[in-house]
Amino acid sequence: MDLQRQPVLEMRGISRSFPGVRALHEANLRLHAGEIHSLMGQNGAGKSTLIKVLTGVHAPDSGEMHLHGQCIQPVSPLAAQRLGIATVYQEVNLCPNLSVAENIFIGRFPVSRGKIDWAELNREARDELGRLGLEIDVTASLDSFPVAIQQMVAIARAVSMDSRVLILDEPTSSLDDDEVEQLFSIMRGLKGRGVAILFVTHFLDQVYAISDRITVMRNGECEGEYLPAELDRMALISKMIGRAYVAPSEAAAAEEKRAENARDSLMSVCGFGRRGLMQPLDLDLRRGEVLGLGGLLGSGRTETARLLFGADKADSGDIEFKDGIHNNTRPFSSPREAIRAGLGYCPEDRKTDGIIAELSVRENIVLALQARRGWLRGIPLKQQRTIADRYISLLGISTPDAEKPIGKLSGGNQQKAMLARWLATDPSILILDEPTRGIDVAAKQEIMEQVLALCRKGLSILFISSDLDETVRVSHRVAVLRDRNKVGELAGSEVDEGSIMQVIAGSEI
Amino acid sequence: MSGAARRRINLQRVPMIVTMVLFVLMFGSGTFAYNFSAQVFLNLFIDNAFLIVTAMGMTFVILSGGIDLSVGSVIALTTMISAVLIEHHHWSPFAVIPLVLVLGAGFGAVMGAVIHYFKLQAFIVTLAGMFLARGLCYLLSIDTITINEPLYTAISQHRIELWGELFISWNVIIALGVVALAVFIAHFTSFGRNVYAIGGNERSALLMGLPVARTRVLVYTLSGFCSALAGVIFTFYMLSGYGLHAQGMELDAIAAAVIGGTLLSGGAGYMIGTVFGVLILGLIQTLITFDGSLSAWWTKIAIGILLCVFCVLQRVIEHRAAADKRGGGNASGKLSEAKSAADKTVQPVVVSSHAAPMSSPVFAAPQGNQA
Amino acid sequence: MRRGPRAILELRRHSLVWPLLTLLAIIIVDCFVNPGFLHVGSRDGHLFGALVDIANRAAPLMLVSLGMTLVIAVRGIDISVGAVVAISAAVAATMIGGTLVIENGAPVYISKFPMVLALLTAVVVAGLCGMWNGALVAGLSMQPIIATLILMVAGRGIAQLLTDGQIVTVYYPPYFFLGSGYLFGLPFSLFIVAFVLAILLGLTRFTALQLFIQSVGVNPVASRLAGLNARALTFWVYTFCGVCAGIAGLIISSNVKSADGNNAGLLLELDAILAVTLGGTSLAGGRYNLWGSVIGALIIQTLTYTIYSIGVPPEVNLVVKAIVVFAVCLMQSSAFRAMVFRRGTALGAEA
Repeated sequence: MDLQRQPVLEMRGISRSFPGVRALHEANLRLHAGEIHSLMGQNGAGKSTLIKVLTGVHAPDSGEMHLHGQCIQPVSPLAAQRLGIATVYQEVNLCPNLSVAENIFIGRFPVSRGKIDWAELNREARDELGRLGLEIDVTASLDSFPVAIQQMVAIARAVSMDSRVLILDEPTSSLDDDEVEQLFSIMRGLKGRGVAILFVTHFLDQVYAISDRITVMRNGECEGEYLPAELDRMALISKMIGRAYVAPSEAAAAEEKRAENARDSLMSVCGFGRRGLMQPLDLDLRRGEVLGLGGLLGSGRTETARLLFGADKADSGDIEFKDGIHNNTRPFSSPREAIRAGLGYCPEDRKTDGIIAELSVRENIVLALQARRGWLRGIPLKQQRTIADRYISLLGISTPDAEKPIGKLSGGNQQKAMLARWLATDPSILILDEPTRGIDVAAKQEIMEQVLALCRKGLSILFISSDLDETVRVSHRVAVLRDRNKVGELAGSEVDEGSIMQVIAGSEI
Repeated sequence: MSGAARRRINLQRVPMIVTMVLFVLMFGSGTFAYNFSAQVFLNLFIDNAFLIVTAMGMTFVILSGGIDLSVGSVIALTTMISAVLIEHHHWSPFAVIPLVLVLGAGFGAVMGAVIHYFKLQAFIVTLAGMFLARGLCYLLSIDTITINEPLYTAISQHRIELWGELFISWNVIIALGVVALAVFIAHFTSFGRNVYAIGGNERSALLMGLPVARTRVLVYTLSGFCSALAGVIFTFYMLSGYGLHAQGMELDAIAAAVIGGTLLSGGAGYMIGTVFGVLILGLIQTLITFDGSLSAWWTKIAIGILLCVFCVLQRVIEHRAAADKRGGGNASGKLSEAKSAADKTVQPVVVSSHAAPMSSPVFAAPQGNQA
Repeated sequence: MRRGPRAILELRRHSLVWPLLTLLAIIIVDCFVNPGFLHVGSRDGHLFGALVDIANRAAPLMLVSLGMTLVIAVRGIDISVGAVVAISAAVAATMIGGTLVIENGAPVYISKFPMVLALLTAVVVAGLCGMWNGALVAGLSMQPIIATLILMVAGRGIAQLLTDGQIVTVYYPPYFFLGSGYLFGLPFSLFIVAFVLAILLGLTRFTALQLFIQSVGVNPVASRLAGLNARALTFWVYTFCGVCAGIAGLIISSNVKSADGNNAGLLLELDAILAVTLGGTSLAGGRYNLWGSVIGALIIQTLTYTIYSIGVPPEVNLVVKAIVVFAVCLMQSSAFRAMVFRRGTALGAEA
């Protein structure tokens, strides 16, 4: 790869802040013609913000972008597209009800004598797809094809508009191996035609299979640009999480391990899974422990949590409670059942799955408790206030009063209120999915301390975080997931970043 | 090529085909039981010409993912304005007809603009439009105004002889013209395809750079125009203007579109299907009239049942389509077919040595997260 | 962005301010048109006067609006209420019927079935109609407007089927008490409304119904994850709406002493939606306001009264309603507010 050439696209010193969060700080990115460039980073590292700046969704606060040496400032995805920067997302942004050919050319139909020339349209579409090595019935509606093909159609649309820069934003998240391989052959074909491809993925295997170069981002900054040959998996992971392998302290570990074995099991699941969502896995959660779920984004952490909680119904596996709160071994078929059995779940996406934005902090806090009591036995307002006030002061939720709509609070306070919602139900098991995401450092610290304090009181916690350091600090044991499969479990002294990284990377411990 | 793909398309057409078959069966049994003549078939067009025209506009609106509840009252308003101008102010029909058509289109355009730019729900805006148009009728007059103008009566009474005893009216010619035009617009113009695109996925349509605003406003304009034209036809048919004309017509038009196979969530449907929907509605009425023992209200119940059956059918088809995509075997079958084609054209590339065997063994289903 | 919206938000907090002001404005207009408007007199121990009359006539609309409020709060809509009114009226009227018999020299009216049975049956049938809607919406996940459109179309047919296409006249005075009787000097229909409203307010006060309905209306996904059974809730809300429409149907038919399958409750669904919106409940679901809907219904009835008393044809009412709907919708549209208050920053444009 000739690195001396002038890049097709260069982003320099891009910064962008959102209220309370610095999403990008002096980020740089260079894309060359005819290369596949992987963009790697943890959740919140700034990848998606960078792409949104590039495609005109967000304007940068500072920094400049050059395309073919000319300064550009796209104001919308459409404007970016006109400049030749096309994006294909994980969710296909096409019209499922239209035919494949229409999806490629809509907005630019060939017209002859005042009407759409369907024969010409279909021929051109077949040509365009043929160049990508795809032969499908272009007159069939798009939704009759699997997502993989739909994505390729989206790529065909992008390419047919003479795009010189193609951004593939997690295109492989919902594809199987064969489909990924086919996508890769298309990407290689495009590379041969001189298209610059920016590839975002969470799958390490894929990065090494296809990339010409890798840019790693962390905390809104560009950590660096590497050739795959220069950067082995361990190095890549440590650059993504920003920490190198550290040897654990032996004595402390031995102590921990003794305490570990003393705990008795509270809930164990066996062969728990759902076709197409999560491979069957076994988990054992003990009383008063924090079980961390390690793994990169997309490894199946949230899926596991949702299956356990009954948000998605598991189609295989047994669940067993040691103290008989839940009598049969059937997986929960709804969150309601799980809550009755003493579970609580703080979902990853607080805005869509967690808070009821227009309702007050008080109402949000008592909701789960009330749901468990049923609608008939309403909690008197006075008692609701007491509960709300207790948790507001206990968790330090900063709100003028309990009646403020929760949507108006900051992310950290919303998260604390979610925590309060579940604590109010007095659960025996709490699943925390990214409880510290999008939260400032101080609030993060507080929430983590709360979690540990709860644990000392006998609550069991299933903890999910993209921040490996956080996982290691709070977890007694860590189950490691890779590609929607449980690949290992670490306990006591083994719980350290290095070991987890090794398991994630797929090498033996 | 892909069998599954073809089946999916057929799946989309199923309601329309069911409607056509149902129509033939119903008409056949009518012929058998009551000796329907060919004129009965033509009468379906003569008596429902205005509904066909209205339903064309409604189909466009529903295809775009909206709904227009104002059509019935726009028809009434058109008859009213026509009658008042012609009978009270002695205008020429050649001035009146273009004027009402422009008014109808303008009325639709305003509603479309309000819906799009203020992001309001279509049904509430057109509901207000419905109130407004009906109210305006009564502002003009609360009585029936009979039209005696020679041109109107001539058109109204003119029979276009086909062969033998058979005949149709001018209204039928206009309606069939509108159908032809609607089919052309829907399938052979960019505007038509944009309507389908917006109905299929508005966000995608925006991201693909389609003129969503213009298309949406135009769709309601078209519907307003169709209603006004239907109002003109209705005036020919009834030879009067009255504020209570065409009451509940919006429901008939929606029902015709749904029975004809137009997906209520938008994005799928055919103009011809809607025509058959109208014909079935007309046929139900005819059958009940011929029967004599059944009372008129059975029409409403029958339409309600049909509507219900077709709505459930739509849901079932949507479920099937979703299940189709979830079923891994089916999808990968298609893919391997496509893939073998790909292998022919793209040279195999040696997988970089870094890649430990492409490990991810899971990921069986192409659709990762169905909530 | 600076001041305007904040002031508006403050006002919107007190959600009853706007409906009350609107009602007050119309009443003031009425006072000018008809100086005796506010006069409430007493005759035979019954209160009478324009205000009493308006309240009495508004009773069915208030009932339907209460049901509609909850349906709208769970992100739904029920356009079949008018048809359900007709069905319930038809059931009650045909079951009661009534004949005049001379017994021991005194005229006595006899109903076909005991009146209580007839009333109960009518309400149960209306509840079944609501369940049908609820099953389509919650069970089959149909769009509410379409699901209820089915019953709207077929319901009138069913009502006519029950009455055999005739307008069934009732000759049974006890039945008339529902719609035109007086209790403690006030129209009896108001007590029915008060009873239903009291039940709802009681449920709001002592159960978690309001919390659940609002949660499901604002965020169904998060509500499910918090352990609510959103489907069952939606189903029962539609059922309740059907029951409300059924009771309204009884009042209406009792008031006119007959049941007309074609015209009973015509356009009532539209008035109910309008009343709910006027009362400050957003059509997008979530927060709802029962008192607001009651006031909304009163606004509509007062408006009708005003138009009658001004002397314009009553049908003009429709134009006024149309303008009111437009105005209320625009006020609820965030795009419109942004446009007005930001002085035309092209926000909604070419979105």
